[in-house]
Amino acid sequence: MKAALLLEDGTFFEGQAFGAAGQRCGEVVFNTSMSGYQEILTDPSYHEQIVTMTYPLIGNYGTNPEDGESRKLFVAGFVVKENCPYPSNWRSGITLDEYLRKSGVVGIAGIDTRKLVRHIRTQGAMRGILSSTETDARKLAQQLQEYPGLVGRDIVKDVTVDKPYPWKEGVVNVLGPDEATPPARYNIVAFDFGIKQNILRLLVSHGCEVTVVPAQTTAKEVLARKPDGVFLSNGPGDPAAVTYAVETVQALLGKVPIFGICLGHQILGLALGGRTYKLKFGHRGANHPVKNLDTGKIEITSQNHGFCVDLDSLAGKDVDLTHMNLNDNTLEGLRCEKWKAFSVQYHPEASPGPHDSRYLFQDFVRLMDGKAA
Amino acid sequence: MPKRKDIHKILIIGSGPIVIGQACEFDYSGTQACKVLRKEGFKVVLVNSNPATIMTDPELADRTYIEPITPEVVEKVIRREKPDSLLPTLGGQTGLNTAVALAEGGVLKKYGVRLLGANLKAIRKAEERDLFKKTILDIGLGVPKSGCAHSWEEAQEIVKLTGFPAIIRPSYTLGGTGGNVAYNAEEYDKYVHWGLSLSPKSEVLIEESVIGWKEYELEVMRDRKDNVVIVCSIENLDPMGIHTGDSVTVAPAQTLTDKEYQIMRDAALKIIRAIGVETGGSNIQFAVHPGTGKLYVIEMNPRVSRSSALASKATGFPIAKIASLLAVGYTLDEIPNDITKKTPACFEPTIDYCVVKWPRFTFEKFPQTPAELTIQMKSVGEAMAIGRTFKEAMQKAIRSLEIDRYALDDRRVDRTLDPEKLKDKLRKNSWDRLWYVAEALRRNMPVPEIFALTKIDPWFLDNIKDIIELEAKLVAQKGKVPEKALLEQAKQYGFSDQYLASVAGVPELQLRRHRQSLGIDCVYKMVDTCGAEFEAATPYLYSTYESECEANPTNRRKIIILGGGPNRIGQGIEFDYCCVHAAMALREIGVESIMVNCNPETVSTDYDTSDRLYFEPLTFEDVMSIVEKEKPDGVIVQFGGQTPLKLAVSLEQAGVKIIGTSPDSIDLAEDRKRFNELVERLHLLQPESGTATSYEQTLEIAHRLGFPLLIRPSFVLGGRAMRVVHDEDSLKACVAEAIDVSGAHPILIDKFLSDATELDVDALCDDQHVVIGGIMEHIEEAGVHSGDSACSIPPVNLTKELIAEVQRQTKLLGKELRVKGLMNIQYAIKEGRIYILEVNPRASRTVPFVSKAIGVPLAKLAAKVMAGMTLEELGFTKEVVPEHYAVKESVFPFLKFPGTDVLLGPEMLSTGEVMGLSDDFGTAYAKSQIASGNGLPTGGNVLFSVKDADKAKAVGLAKRLRAMGFKIIATKGTCIEFIKNNVPAEFALKMSEGRPNIVDAIINRQIDLIVNTVVGKQSIVDSFSIRRTAVDRQIPYVTTMRGAAAVVKAIETVRAKKVNVKPIQLYYR
Repeated sequence: MKAALLLEDGTFFEGQAFGAAGQRCGEVVFNTSMSGYQEILTDPSYHEQIVTMTYPLIGNYGTNPEDGESRKLFVAGFVVKENCPYPSNWRSGITLDEYLRKSGVVGIAGIDTRKLVRHIRTQGAMRGILSSTETDARKLAQQLQEYPGLVGRDIVKDVTVDKPYPWKEGVVNVLGPDEATPPARYNIVAFDFGIKQNILRLLVSHGCEVTVVPAQTTAKEVLARKPDGVFLSNGPGDPAAVTYAVETVQALLGKVPIFGICLGHQILGLALGGRTYKLKFGHRGANHPVKNLDTGKIEITSQNHGFCVDLDSLAGKDVDLTHMNLNDNTLEGLRCEKWKAFSVQYHPEASPGPHDSRYLFQDFVRLMDGKAA
Repeated sequence: MPKRKDIHKILIIGSGPIVIGQACEFDYSGTQACKVLRKEGFKVVLVNSNPATIMTDPELADRTYIEPITPEVVEKVIRREKPDSLLPTLGGQTGLNTAVALAEGGVLKKYGVRLLGANLKAIRKAEERDLFKKTILDIGLGVPKSGCAHSWEEAQEIVKLTGFPAIIRPSYTLGGTGGNVAYNAEEYDKYVHWGLSLSPKSEVLIEESVIGWKEYELEVMRDRKDNVVIVCSIENLDPMGIHTGDSVTVAPAQTLTDKEYQIMRDAALKIIRAIGVETGGSNIQFAVHPGTGKLYVIEMNPRVSRSSALASKATGFPIAKIASLLAVGYTLDEIPNDITKKTPACFEPTIDYCVVKWPRFTFEKFPQTPAELTIQMKSVGEAMAIGRTFKEAMQKAIRSLEIDRYALDDRRVDRTLDPEKLKDKLRKNSWDRLWYVAEALRRNMPVPEIFALTKIDPWFLDNIKDIIELEAKLVAQKGKVPEKALLEQAKQYGFSDQYLASVAGVPELQLRRHRQSLGIDCVYKMVDTCGAEFEAATPYLYSTYESECEANPTNRRKIIILGGGPNRIGQGIEFDYCCVHAAMALREIGVESIMVNCNPETVSTDYDTSDRLYFEPLTFEDVMSIVEKEKPDGVIVQFGGQTPLKLAVSLEQAGVKIIGTSPDSIDLAEDRKRFNELVERLHLLQPESGTATSYEQTLEIAHRLGFPLLIRPSFVLGGRAMRVVHDEDSLKACVAEAIDVSGAHPILIDKFLSDATELDVDALCDDQHVVIGGIMEHIEEAGVHSGDSACSIPPVNLTKELIAEVQRQTKLLGKELRVKGLMNIQYAIKEGRIYILEVNPRASRTVPFVSKAIGVPLAKLAAKVMAGMTLEELGFTKEVVPEHYAVKESVFPFLKFPGTDVLLGPEMLSTGEVMGLSDDFGTAYAKSQIASGNGLPTGGNVLFSVKDADKAKAVGLAKRLRAMGFKIIATKGTCIEFIKNNVPAEFALKMSEGRPNIVDAIINRQIDLIVNTVVGKQSIVDSFSIRRTAVDRQIPYVTTMRGAAAVVKAIETVRAKKVNVKPIQLYYR
């Protein structure tokens, strides 16, 4: 079966369909991680995004019950060079193809993904439509026209939970008995803007009792839970459109220690008076060098963001810049000592990606202990 | 952190001659280090005995010592140069071991020299097995159960813990030398003794077997601020139990989930920190249980390695260069990424293609050794291929090997092989096992069954199954050119035109044209370290069948240089040296240089060497595609050895402009008949000869010429299947092989000149001049392959008149053959008459040696001549005859091939070479012997066991040895001769004569030097154990009388005067 991918500028790719039959619009982006496709597929931050893997051989190790990052697949579509139908790994359950099919995600394989990536790199991330039911470019173009894209839209509401729930599970060790979870010493409220479960697992492993709450939860509701700390999660889309969350965070500042990751970082930045902007094609991968400006050390980080906090917009706002991306000198982390809040743009929970930045969870704990982060 | 201010002069120790397990990857790393450190303003002092390296070019270091790499010699260099620092991590195991010896011996402390990169403690922790194991266990990681034994008794205790099979690895040896798997107590005893005797520290590690587990490697880098990055992950197709150097390997890791990969990454970070490698690259090997994911740490190299060279080429991240910068104080974030120019080197490369490395073997040269792969490395080279998929990369790798295989087809597989025998083939670790895997798939053997037999991960097997299924579709319409869709898919799967044409039954060129008419053509993509996330500024390209091409050829004047492909015996680093020089020369004269090669170990495949690099197989198909894309002004085929030369005619017929000596001249020199006519016309001499295509014809010629004869195939390098035969029996035995190797060409039969002196002459020619580069007199008599014999520049024993005549003949031949560029001629001199043995109108193996001996870069000049300059313009119109002596000695891999005889003959067996330099021949020869590892005793017992013809000469040598205080021991015949001639000698029994015999004496280390010459089948068999024991026990030995004479002379010189070291820069003044 054939599948087609059309970009808003008319660039057209035809390949083989895999996964579910269907058609979806989204922003076409690429990820440079060579492993971790299952984590990527299930990361809610990819909501409304058609993800292209730069590594050409995808599906090699199948999928398994442990490596998902949320309750379901969130990507709008999946683009690979070669989809592996015969996975090999001791933990492998179902194939990538079945995995996508069960979740209704359309995949396309057999296209020159490097050409697509180079196109996005030079022209910027753009809207696209992926279909395995229609391969006529003109018809696809018409349907794509109706898709509004991500800028200015709140799509967090599509991925967050309806009601609060507790999270108990700590970090999973796939090679042996799970590490013992320390007794819970901190009561944490974690905003779910599209949260990845490995963040929750790491919080638990750092002695936190975690309650996950919907994105729209008010400051008052949060404070009613008497938390020791508030966590702002990652999530999809344009941070500037999630105004309610920005307002909530503003109301929480100074009342409780705050730690944010990715969209949570952008929301904190906005709450502190900063601005956000859209990057040309974003950062998505597991090899981005970030410099910790406190220590001078480099962390190899996992990243997934299309928007970014404008570094200059934070000038004079009592905000310290703590982390910097060495590839393009964009802001990767900030701290507001006055309000006991800090955040990073990248993903210290990794999954997928390196574990270099896990110390940030320890920093959060220290902050809640009343020490400087 | 910027560079350190306390470092000014850095000593770098190279890895010495090319041996199995240590090849040109260390020239690549050392060259990068020298270049970048000098650019940073440091003084660089280099010690390396290997003249065929780029790193020993006089421009690369401030002071270059082409001297033996022993602690004693390096101490002399330190005393003379007073470096403040020593960078020990770039010269392989040799460099590291020498640095350790200098540190432990107090030499570094005495002269105030610091170790950069890794200190002694870290090196010990990584290299000493029990320390390593303890370190790993302390950080909570797993290792196979094991113990270190320093004696047989200790070993007996350890095996109780590990059980059988047990792995035995001697400490501090190269490429796993002496490593073995023991399945029972008997093998265990044998291998433990063997390992203890090989380890410089008499230490062996005995390990629980993890044979059949998945094998992975990570390349790690650390800077002094403790930033650590993983440059590349490698997954071995061949499981644990086959040395990684002998395994087909793939980058990146394919079958690990991110969770598992990150566990391995975390482990690597912990390990490099715990071992304490302060700065630089390390290679860490892991074993993963296929059923449980259980992870064991196998070993770590605290230095750059063969794998790091592979990782550099696979990712575009230059590990050695960065490691050098880190060693002098920079941190990763301060170093720019060469490829993108804009982003820093502090990141982890991500690749958007698949890389397959395939080792190349030469078991055919060592028929007495079982062709089985174990934990001791046996491959002599490797090819790497890049494709967008594993299937494509794998098939490109196969044709890159140049072993006359272009697919996993059944051409070399017995299709009627009994199913049980096929299973045996799958169980056995043979180098060609994948062809049997393909056959099993062809017979529909299920993948799980093949996995059970081979332990090759099913992911690889399933990919190969895809290939075989497509093969079936192609074969189903044999004799017909496949339709477009099938052809396109076949190309995307990496099938070669050669194979497709053979199935379609059409000439390759016709298939190519047809394919192109259908719009199926390759495109080129970039190796850019970042999966296209950033723009790449460095054109490092590979071909694939996709839609977008990124080659962007320039409009400059440009020349393509075809490289030499994978190293093999007979064609190695010397040719890469020439190709690199060609690239440098073109750059100097403003011509764009485009390199094509597929050998990841080399300097030529460093993207820094040429303006543009195509990492591609050297086949007609792949080269033609590049030519069509680049439209060069010319292609150079004469520098890469036989590989590109073989392509010359087909390329020219396809309209490609070959520059330099014309393919017609090449043919004139290679074609026996045409060449004979030429020699006759010029009134020169040649041994009488004939050509034949069958045994009958050969016999007829043999009767005409009379024995002894030299039999050889045509168009081969390294004397493949070349033999001297003394009678009809041995003739019959070797003709079949020669005919097989020769393929479509006839075999050559020459009258063999016994006891003649052989000369090698390299010359450089343009339209006007023929200038001699060097006349080399072989130490061994004619009949020993020129690649295996030692030789001297200038000649030692030739009269002025003979030299003048050699010069005259060389010039005559150069002119007549209209050579443009380099030419090599081999002569034999017998009874004052000069015979031409061979003319090769191309760069020869000796070009780097000659260039280093005379201080003139011949290959560079040749490239400029080929690009249109004259020797007049280049200022090279007169032969340079040095006042010093330069001796080349060859280095052999016998230790890696148990059971192989070590006698020298016309088939080349050496893997590498060293050079000894001095103002007198004796010292130069002595240095060459020490550098080659054969050693030179200055006292003790010398054993003589020589053939009748040599006995008179042996008497003379024995007298001189006695005069120096040596004790002479001899076997019966030789002993009688000695005593008759008043040379007191002790009589020793041969193996067959009872015990204690001479082999016992060698094993008991009662012999310090062995002189053993033989003739005739029986005597070779009788004395085999003497030579083999000498090799196994690493006792110096000589197997030719001329070699023995040189050794005695060298011993006399070394005893009489102090051996000094001197940098080559001072020799050229």
